Amino acid sequence: MTAIVSKPALSERSKFIRRLLRRKTVAFGLIVLTIFVLLAIFAPLIAPYSPSKLSIINRLKPPGGTFIFGTDEFGRDVFSRTIYSARLSLLVGAAVVTLSAIIGVTLGLVAGFFKQFDAPIARLIDAMMAFPDILLAIALVAALGPSLTTVIIALSIVYAPRLARIVRASTLVIRELPYIEASRALGISTRHIMTRHVLRNLLSPILVQGTFLFASAMLAEAGLSFLGLGVSPEIPTWGTMISAGRQYIGQADWMTLFPGFAIILSVLSLQMVGDGLRDLLDPRLRKDL
Amino acid sequence: MIRYIFQRLFGMIVVMFLVVTIVFVIVRVTPGDPAAVMLGPDATSQDIADLRTQLGLDRSLGVQYLYYMGQLLKGDLGQSIFLNMPVTSALLDRAEPTFFLTVFSLLIASVIALPIGIYAAYRRGSIFDQAATALAMLAASIPSFWLGLIMMQVFAVRFDLFPVSGYGGPGSSFADRMYHLVLPAFALGIVSSALVLRFTRASMLDVLGDDYIRTARAKGLIERRVILKHALKNALIPILTVIGLTAAVLVSGAVVTETVFGLPGIGNLVVSAVLRRDYPVIQGALLVIAALYVLINFAIDMLYLLVDPRVRY
Repeated sequence: MTAIVSKPALSERSKFIRRLLRRKTVAFGLIVLTIFVLLAIFAPLIAPYSPSKLSIINRLKPPGGTFIFGTDEFGRDVFSRTIYSARLSLLVGAAVVTLSAIIGVTLGLVAGFFKQFDAPIARLIDAMMAFPDILLAIALVAALGPSLTTVIIALSIVYAPRLARIVRASTLVIRELPYIEASRALGISTRHIMTRHVLRNLLSPILVQGTFLFASAMLAEAGLSFLGLGVSPEIPTWGTMISAGRQYIGQADWMTLFPGFAIILSVLSLQMVGDGLRDLLDPRLRKDL
Repeated sequence: MIRYIFQRLFGMIVVMFLVVTIVFVIVRVTPGDPAAVMLGPDATSQDIADLRTQLGLDRSLGVQYLYYMGQLLKGDLGQSIFLNMPVTSALLDRAEPTFFLTVFSLLIASVIALPIGIYAAYRRGSIFDQAATALAMLAASIPSFWLGLIMMQVFAVRFDLFPVSGYGGPGSSFADRMYHLVLPAFALGIVSSALVLRFTRASMLDVLGDDYIRTARAKGLIERRVILKHALKNALIPILTVIGLTAAVLVSGAVVTETVFGLPGIGNLVVSAVLRRDYPVIQGALLVIAALYVLINFAIDMLYLLVDPRVRY
């Protein structure tokens, strides 16, 4: 008699993670992102020098030897600064995604669920989306004064309507489904229906869009810092590093190249993960892109 | 159809009204007194009071709003504090480089993206398709200002093929001015081509799976005719939308690219206005660009009516 040994059934979540990681681009993106996050968290342990340590005798040293990414105009180690910059760049991205998700999801849910609020919120979203993202962020930063907090608030205001539009559209569809009607008939409160029944079904598109917003926010932050309208130039972010490197690009192009590569690599990884998530999570959005 | 056009027109007016209101609010959320912020720490209280009167800040918010709307209806965007000229003139003076930079970038993006996107969809799953998709993703990850700096260093400084920056001296010819736009337009166009490429490919893939394409092939049409005449014609509508919307994205890119290349365009004007706290200029530029975006969207919708005989409202 042969014993039948059955493998324990994989949970839905494990199956999903397996399918996700089977995609090479997603696996690559996740590995790169994990490395960036680890670099950001353990920056003080990994960076060979302090990001602000000046050393005039070592100024504008090309990459190689003790300074693998070279040094900047003040003799600061570009490698250490690139690693420390990951902290702020990732922090801005994460904060913007969180804040814009809170604003966008609330607006989208309310507009999609309550007919009386739909038209005003939908028009407001249209109007907000008429402004090019960087330009609106610039205007908000100009009004509020440049600082890290302002940049996060400004970019969250800029990106929240994008999420709100998606959440609203999906809520309008879900609202009409029979199980929502059934929930109402059972006397479940509107708040409960919105948070437990509607929002739960919206997590996939929110997650996908959130990944792309993370990438957009990182690019926008770099752009604002490059223009001198973001965080203070003394604080190392990839944008401020490129901005500082610009003046020395003829004699020390490494000051511009390495932070640029860091932005490209992190944004590319986020896009790869976002694409993979979209393909797996939201077949309606799937366009074989 | 006329009813639809009027509905869209009404929707556009509502959105424009909201855009105008948002711009008004943004400038008024400035902490403290905008007049004091604009004039800096050395200003006397008399200067600040004069500017407050000039900008109408001494009146109630409601009155300010009505006055602002009234002025807008007359086409008056206010007066630039630092340039000492009407905002409308300041914007018009700087419109040329921004306009041509946007147009050239859009052309470059389309020339790169359309053929590659069409061919990638046609050869779906091939190495060419995979490479095109990967390149599009990479292009979308590059900050346009960074690419601009690198291109400037390589093609202008090292190989001396193009001017490093600026827009030609005063009185320079039109050709010379356009020559100054080549590098910035390529920097912006390459980055923007990613979006157009992805949509062209997706749109073509949608169409290529349709029955009428199989019919066209079955009746013995040559492949080029099937792709270019039958498929592309129908895939063109979403592509048109994306090209239109890319124009708006390009304006964002132009703001930063103009700063990199020292082009005296609207983007550069906005950035210097922010640094100088010249609020009327920021307000005016924001309004004009958002209005253009709304108009482009409206124009695309109207274009649908012309391009696609199926679209009848």
